[in-house]
Amino acid sequence: MKSHRWNPYLVGVLIGVLSILTFSLADKPIGISTGIAQAAGACAIPVMGVEDVAANTYWAEKAVPAWDYGSLFVLGTLFGALVSAVVSGSFKLESVPTIWRERFGSSVMKRFVAAFLGGAVLIFGARLADGCTSGHGISGALQLAVSSWTFFIVMFASGIVTALILFRRNSKA
Amino acid sequence: MHTTLAFITGPNLLWAGLLFGFVFGVLLHRGGVTDYNVIVKQFLFRDFTVLKVMFTAIVVGGVGVFILHGQDLANFHIKPATMLAVVLGAVLFGIGMVIYGYCPGTGVAAIGAGKLDALAGFFGMLVGGIAYAFSYDWIAANILPVADLGKKRLPELSTLPEWVWYAGLVVLAACIFALVARFEKSSPKS
Repeated sequence: MKSHRWNPYLVGVLIGVLSILTFSLADKPIGISTGIAQAAGACAIPVMGVEDVAANTYWAEKAVPAWDYGSLFVLGTLFGALVSAVVSGSFKLESVPTIWRERFGSSVMKRFVAAFLGGAVLIFGARLADGCTSGHGISGALQLAVSSWTFFIVMFASGIVTALILFRRNSKA
Repeated sequence: MHTTLAFITGPNLLWAGLLFGFVFGVLLHRGGVTDYNVIVKQFLFRDFTVLKVMFTAIVVGGVGVFILHGQDLANFHIKPATMLAVVLGAVLFGIGMVIYGYCPGTGVAAIGAGKLDALAGFFGMLVGGIAYAFSYDWIAANILPVADLGKKRLPELSTLPEWVWYAGLVVLAACIFALVARFEKSSPKS
């Protein structure tokens, strides 16, 4: 099962090198959640109309729904993982992860609803904080930004509390 | 400020985004962090993959960018320390990350690896993004200005030379890795 995985320290080094390349060659940090906010704007266009989306301050100024460096980076991340999974033979359709099933049962609907709500809360938090695990956690932290280290520590604490509340009853160590 | 190494500009940035993103996706998958179990177990201190990947990336990237910045070969891109927004956002993020089981980047990568729950959560992320866009004017007026320290970096909080902070970062990472190694040795394999 673990055959596709590389040493986590090696992967960390390579992500660090990738950061150095994006900073120096493209003058861009690594980040994901702005791209997802841009995608959200693109999805809102058919419902709200182009004018209303363009009139929204956030989509007009902070996350313009268009293909640019940031949104294409997100698309690239999707393709990269897909190719890596297929090439390594680890691509597998799965709806309910193991420790979720052990705790909450094998209902696909239950898992999807939770993932949907979790995802909504996650991205709202990421936009409020102006970054996610990539933009703050890696790119911001490596620049020693006050905002990013605050985010990292608070996010981690919040995750620990949430995980204890949800999964403490999982007896399996 | 334009740096001499930053030759990727204009339309080429689009291809660079796709290429760099692709490499990032490969690395997230190979690192094992496109797995719900790995992420949630980090928060339960049963698996330390996330911390290992992140702290190594921070140290290597941090020292590298610091050196390049010193040679005027890279710019910093600091996000503003709007402290109330950052803290509230981080609290929501931690809750969302455990329930969703991925962060935005690993979620997108997990979709590529075939995780359908990651796709369900992606639709949730789109809805969350729309909700934020609608709330933005109010948040910009009422939340973002509270305790806004500006684009501050940790070295600006003290009079210590900047390299001391980076040395501290390396020591911090080394301590964390040593603690993790000791912890993994003493606890039974899951």
